[in-house]
Amino acid sequence: MRLPACLPVLLLVAAVLLPVLAGLAGTLLPAFGHLPALGAVGWSLDPWRRLLDEPGLAAALRLTLVSGFGATALALLSVALFCAAFHDRPLFRRAQLWLAPLLATPHLAMGVGFLALAAPSGLLVRLLAPLLGLDRPPDLATVNDPWGLALLLGLALKEAPWLLLVSLAALNQIPAARLMATARLLGQPAPVAWLKVVFPLVYRQIRLPLHAVLAYSLGTVEMALLLGPGSPPPLAVLPVRWFLDRDLGMTFPAAAAATLLLVLTLAAILLWEGAAALAGRAGRRWAASGVAAGARLVRLGGWLLPLLLLLALGSLGAVLLWSVAGPWRFPDLWPRRLDFATWAAHREGLLALAEATLRVALPATALALALSVAALEAVARHGRAAWPWLLGLSYLPLLLPQTAFLLGLQVLLLQLGLDGGLPAVLWAHLVFVLPYVLLVLAAPWEALDPRLARSAAALGAGPLRMLCMVKLPVLLRPLLAAAAVGVAVSVGQYLATLFAGGGRYATLTTEALALASGGDRRVLGVFAALQAGIPLACYALALLLPRWLWRRRAGLRAA
Amino acid sequence: MRLQRRALAPVLAGLAAALRPATAGAANATDVPAAPPREDVPAAAPWERLLRRAAGQSVNFHAWAGDARTNAFISWTADRMEALHRIRLRHIRLRDTAEAVARVVAERAAGQDSGGAVDLVWINGPNLLAMKQQGLLRRIADDLPNFALVDTTGKPATVTDFTVPVEGLASPWRMAQVVFIHDAARLPEPPRTMLAMADWARAHPGRLTHPNARDFLGATFLKQALYEMVPDPAALARPATEATFTLLAAPLWEWYRALRPHLWRQGRTFPESGPAQRNLLNDGEIDLMISFNPAEAAAGIADGLLPETTRSYVLQGGTIGNCSFVGIPFNAAQPEAAMVVADFLLSPEAQAEAADPRKLGSPTVLDLDRLKPGDRQRFDDLPRLPGMLGPAALGQPLPEPHPSWMTRLTADWERRTAGGAR
Amino acid sequence: MSGLALRDVVLRLDGRALFAPLSLEVAPGGVVTLMGPSGCGKSSLLAWLCGTLDPALAGQGSACLDGMDLDGLPPERRRLGILFQDDLLFPHLSVGGNLGFGLRPGLPRAERRARIEAALVEAEMPGFAARDPASLSGGQRARVALMRVLLAEPRALLLDEPFSRLDAALRGRFRRFVLDHAAALRLPVLLVTHDPADAEAAGGPVLHLASLATP
Repeated sequence: MRLPACLPVLLLVAAVLLPVLAGLAGTLLPAFGHLPALGAVGWSLDPWRRLLDEPGLAAALRLTLVSGFGATALALLSVALFCAAFHDRPLFRRAQLWLAPLLATPHLAMGVGFLALAAPSGLLVRLLAPLLGLDRPPDLATVNDPWGLALLLGLALKEAPWLLLVSLAALNQIPAARLMATARLLGQPAPVAWLKVVFPLVYRQIRLPLHAVLAYSLGTVEMALLLGPGSPPPLAVLPVRWFLDRDLGMTFPAAAAATLLLVLTLAAILLWEGAAALAGRAGRRWAASGVAAGARLVRLGGWLLPLLLLLALGSLGAVLLWSVAGPWRFPDLWPRRLDFATWAAHREGLLALAEATLRVALPATALALALSVAALEAVARHGRAAWPWLLGLSYLPLLLPQTAFLLGLQVLLLQLGLDGGLPAVLWAHLVFVLPYVLLVLAAPWEALDPRLARSAAALGAGPLRMLCMVKLPVLLRPLLAAAAVGVAVSVGQYLATLFAGGGRYATLTTEALALASGGDRRVLGVFAALQAGIPLACYALALLLPRWLWRRRAGLRAA
Repeated sequence: MRLQRRALAPVLAGLAAALRPATAGAANATDVPAAPPREDVPAAAPWERLLRRAAGQSVNFHAWAGDARTNAFISWTADRMEALHRIRLRHIRLRDTAEAVARVVAERAAGQDSGGAVDLVWINGPNLLAMKQQGLLRRIADDLPNFALVDTTGKPATVTDFTVPVEGLASPWRMAQVVFIHDAARLPEPPRTMLAMADWARAHPGRLTHPNARDFLGATFLKQALYEMVPDPAALARPATEATFTLLAAPLWEWYRALRPHLWRQGRTFPESGPAQRNLLNDGEIDLMISFNPAEAAAGIADGLLPETTRSYVLQGGTIGNCSFVGIPFNAAQPEAAMVVADFLLSPEAQAEAADPRKLGSPTVLDLDRLKPGDRQRFDDLPRLPGMLGPAALGQPLPEPHPSWMTRLTADWERRTAGGAR
Repeated sequence: MSGLALRDVVLRLDGRALFAPLSLEVAPGGVVTLMGPSGCGKSSLLAWLCGTLDPALAGQGSACLDGMDLDGLPPERRRLGILFQDDLLFPHLSVGGNLGFGLRPGLPRAERRARIEAALVEAEMPGFAARDPASLSGGQRARVALMRVLLAEPRALLLDEPFSRLDAALRGRFRRFVLDHAAALRLPVLLVTHDPADAEAAGGPVLHLASLATP
């Protein structure tokens, strides 16, 4: 029997969209008063009335908008200026390598580190304490501030490396060198020339990742809990808090708040693109004007990203330091002693949680890889008959606030009396792992010389043998990279784990966040360090394994 | 099946009591009829059967996980349950106990009457009341052999939670009492009343805070103040109505409005939990904090989480005390094993472990006079650590107000502090 | 009949034919050269013969190899050998691994090794089996690519401008090397090129493929 050519793509898209659409329905219905399990049938606007009555709603909205737009804009600005200022330096080409640890670190671990760095009793203040003569931390909300600035900065720390990575990838696909040469011969200094002729092309290529950054920044729960203020919290926290209330009636305003967040996010993406179009028009006028000034300003602004990256690396360092710290009070710059006592004391718990984390991350990643390879291979073989246009839909989860459909998913699971458990958690993770795995794999898969496959076929290799003996080995590097990204995404999932698992599936991430509300910073440091350590190890493996395997194959070592 | 067992339980318990031989050590058991130490009881048939059924089961214990020492104690309990009864105890770590209540409520709404997700839940106050009112808890206490050792008269909170009769729907396992903790090196003479605390805060702005009132400890800070502000504390034992709340809480809010600008961060933000507040004290951001554990200061010093000069005290008019319970939902998947765990938590072994200030430092719920000498010795051997208060210093705890006061206080506080700015 | 025969072959992109219907026959040991401007569909024609046509294109007409209709056969069962502009050696396999890739499965291990070594001797590269293809010179790589094709025992040879990337000195020698081997094995050869020198060296009939597509 012959299977239809579009089956693999359909399967992939269904794996992603089924939970998303079901979840959206599960959110939208209660938002308009329909939830038969709680005896509410028909529709009403009461949930919205209850939401609008929430005294902190306006402040929550303001917080979300400031931190969401601010983080995205800061990340993009820093990346653009950095590329403009430093694109011709040798260091620039090697950026990808030293980005790896920052990309691998989950949001939560980065946030925990940023907290340890920037809090009033954090390392930065301790550095300054002798100069300022402080013996107590200043009474200043440097984190959890009511304006959400710490949240903004914490998000930018994590999103800027990611935007830099996708920008570097985009740069490889445009004739940047030739454009630059032309623009410079026409009298433009390098940084200005880059902004004028290369950046617009880069921007067009990184729109999807940028929208994902915006959607994540607006909808993040874990970062908001960690770095945002508690009362009122950013909008994304409200539905989660209400949903977990012992009064089940709060499910209705929770659903309404999640719906509001959904609308807000979609509107924000449109607004961003509108603003980008206006900025683009102004930029073209500037480019056409021939004005060549501003190079020094751009060069200066180029240091913004290195500064952010330094902060991010410092955050990572702070996590590690806390994890091996003995007693460490303000204003001591260094712990009274360093030891592995905290690691040892929590060894069993850490091992169990690491196992639980990997028990989701590994199958989710493997499934995502299998589905992606099957779909990409179907497209490579059958072209349009494989329905490649559908693949774009699988990126949808990256553009929606997680709460909007995860909340509904939990409502549905409860309504059906289904125990969350591992399968539900696995599927919820897959929804987020798949788009990233596909994103990493798609370009190298399409870029593979089709004649390589044709040669293999002419040499008598059937489809399976060609895939296993030629394509997969040749594409080992992107496959491993996709696997590492998949594991990192899964390890970092908070809300998907919390909601799909009915709060009973504990991973390093849920545990770290439970500890983050206070508690012993050393214990938090240990959990965050391990949470970052697993994806870091995967990235290192993805980087080193092909080098070792292909150590005698010069043709695969380059790149 | 379950109904039958429940109906039979009192009969069988009565039978067991009748068969129990009198013991020499029972002389001191004055006010509770015939409740000699457990070891002397001949194998009570129903309990033995239950133990056999429980072996090999696993228990999902939903418990607030915001305190590392409590988590470690639960983990120790899990090890003991595995060793003693081959029961696998899983700690489902909650940020807020309400999550577990919501889960059970949702399961009932979905018609799931057995095989529920929650086998055992650490619960008290408004959460316990909510579950009691909705009939979500099994009647367990009377079936637990060790419950006979509980000091129900000397520690009335073990049977009356927040003025609400527990009626055996939950089993007590640890006592708690409000203490205030300060760094004696920085604050040698802390304020001894809530009113004085406001004056002190005005003189030392930014040096006092309390956990967010959504957190039980934050709400307790307000309740402790409410006690001092109401003319007649007896009113707090009755459910709060719109009218009584508005009337009686008015002086509290007046006091709080004056206090709040002088709190840490000008009262715009609050630590999310007790442990977060403890970090602030350790870093010297604040000088004074509320705690629900008389041994917290001692534990913090030992763990390097508080300065060695940390000390505890109680307020002049006394402080609120309460009791932590465990309950078993009506639809628990493994109720037998959950019963065994609840009983173990009442055993002298577990109670002594919990009372050990090096481990948890929670005052026991047991009447020490009812223990066998060997068990009694476990408690007598416990060390006294610097920074902790003994029973005498703690004094008689004030009873918790009716849960409705806490619920209203939290909601009202959220309304008043929403928006950050005043 | 033996040899390669094409009848009324047309390739279409979005319904438009790329060239006028093409018919040709190549006898065993013979060479037919196909010339035409770039983009006229020469390479796509070879891809169609191999059964690996880009899904965006549609092919029509029939092709027979030694009397067997190729239509409907999966690429791996058509027994056609093809050489491209680039050698396309599999970068993850050694030289020996590349040569062994197309060998009939089921051969005893010693036999496989013997055939590979014989092919390397033929290519004037004895003892190169363990080498990394990336370490070879351009001429060596081209010869390995041909040997890889021949070891798969094809019944016809398709050449998709395989000489155009080589420098002038190497080109003539490698062309001779390929054509001599094809002649010795009596393989029908279909050569696609736009270098008249190739056509001249091949010696067979030359067909010009007229482009119908407007650029």
